[in-house]
Amino acid sequence: MFNSTVARLTYRALLGRRRALILFALPALLIVLSALVRALTGADDQTAVNVLGGFALATMVPLIGVIAGTGAIGPEIDDGSVVYLLAKPLKRSTITITKLIVAIGVTVTFSAIPTLIAGFLLNGNSQQIAVAYAVAAAVASVAYSAIFLLLGTVTRHAVVAGLVYALVWESLFGNLVPGARTLSVQQWALALAQKIGADGTITSDVGLPTALVLLAGVTAAATWFAVTKLRSLTLAGEE
Amino acid sequence: MTTLHIDNVSRWFGNVVAVNDVSMTIGPGVTGLLGPNGAGKSTLINMMGGFLAPSTGTVTLDGQTVWRNEQIYRHIGIVPEREAMYDFLTGREFVRANAELHGLGAAEAQRALATVEMEYAQDRKISTYSKGMRQRVKMASALVHQPSVLLLDEPFNGMDPRQRMQLMDLLRAMGAEGRTVLFSSHILEEVEQLAAHIEVVVAGRHAASGDFRKIRRLMTDRPHRYVVRSSDDRALAAALIADPSTAGIEVDVKEGALRIQAVDFGRFTELLPRVAREHGIRLLTVSPSDESLESVFSYLVAA
Repeated sequence: MFNSTVARLTYRALLGRRRALILFALPALLIVLSALVRALTGADDQTAVNVLGGFALATMVPLIGVIAGTGAIGPEIDDGSVVYLLAKPLKRSTITITKLIVAIGVTVTFSAIPTLIAGFLLNGNSQQIAVAYAVAAAVASVAYSAIFLLLGTVTRHAVVAGLVYALVWESLFGNLVPGARTLSVQQWALALAQKIGADGTITSDVGLPTALVLLAGVTAAATWFAVTKLRSLTLAGEE
Repeated sequence: MTTLHIDNVSRWFGNVVAVNDVSMTIGPGVTGLLGPNGAGKSTLINMMGGFLAPSTGTVTLDGQTVWRNEQIYRHIGIVPEREAMYDFLTGREFVRANAELHGLGAAEAQRALATVEMEYAQDRKISTYSKGMRQRVKMASALVHQPSVLLLDEPFNGMDPRQRMQLMDLLRAMGAEGRTVLFSSHILEEVEQLAAHIEVVVAGRHAASGDFRKIRRLMTDRPHRYVVRSSDDRALAAALIADPSTAGIEVDVKEGALRIQAVDFGRFTELLPRVAREHGIRLLTVSPSDESLESVFSYLVAA
């Protein structure tokens, strides 16, 4: 299910691209912002929830998910270099799942860990807020990676599609249309954060059991589709 | 595992038929897949390499289906036409990664790099390589597991003459070892120099198959068309039509030229200057009007 050579090629490609700068820039921004907020306003639980919920979980995690998820496979399919992986006696599911694991690893590293650091900077993990949001970010990273990896296998415009989903659906519609929140990775992850954080500090629109089922279901379905897609990947040539 | 069977294979993309009911058998030795650009060569090679499902028909390697069969890559090596590789790796790292994906190691990678004579640049990033160097590293990546079948899509594109000769020697040697080597090209001379056996595809159809001498003969025996300008077109036309080597002559008044169709190439080329001299006619232009490869192919399709 895991191939270390595929993993090595994937993360070197991911971190070697210019887009990878965003992977470093966003967490750095979060940490600097948190340190500034702490220095200017002091430790405050509500501020911590606002920064971690409003910026880290709502914006940073999906953006990093888009870059890592689509970047783990999309560019190789676009430029045709994926041939060198596919023309090997290697199960296509192994290739897909290895790439997913790398995407999850990169997303967790660049989103959940900075979220934890930012949480400690903001209020020293009072009310378990830092841990709650870090766990939510980690769980959301898994689902985002699977969804955006799938996007990378089905469309050449995976990054745009991913950004539309992350910014328009999760942020805009989620705020305007209450029903849309039920179908939002962010809300599912928040349900978990609500459970971990002290009572009343963090709220989600989705119940925890529903959230966990949806998170697991979406991740599994996206992975399965990506495997199927790669199994019958067609390279039409340039004629 | 050495013989590829393509049986009644068609492939269409929407309304466009790229490959139309092609059957061929590719066995050991070097085979050239010849055809003009857009003839369906890449589509065929992609189907042989398992990267495209035939719309109808079957592609098999010694009885095993190629499509959706990862294990087939133990026997097949592929050199794609597209340039993209893992440019951030060095040549050595790239070939090594390919070896690892076959469950092999550094020794096999090193041997493949030596085979294509790329050891001298193996520690440079692929992004710094010339086209010919890239082509050779691609070759090395396809050779790491010593495949019995090697598929190459337009391998000579962008190579300088020396690199071309080197690659031809390598492919010849592989063919002589009993491997099945299939390469595509739109250049007749390339195919002629390398392949004893030629498969010709034109507009998605299998136009001719066989020994290159046989195909060469078909090409030289076809009717040739010439545009001739002279000091007295009508007198020249009258003298030429009397000879059986010409099948038709049109006097193109607007262009001020003769359009001649010759059926016996050798005899006509000898006849024309002689007739002109005997009649005191000066030849101003003699140019073949259909020497493009496409016209040769379209003749072959009709033949």
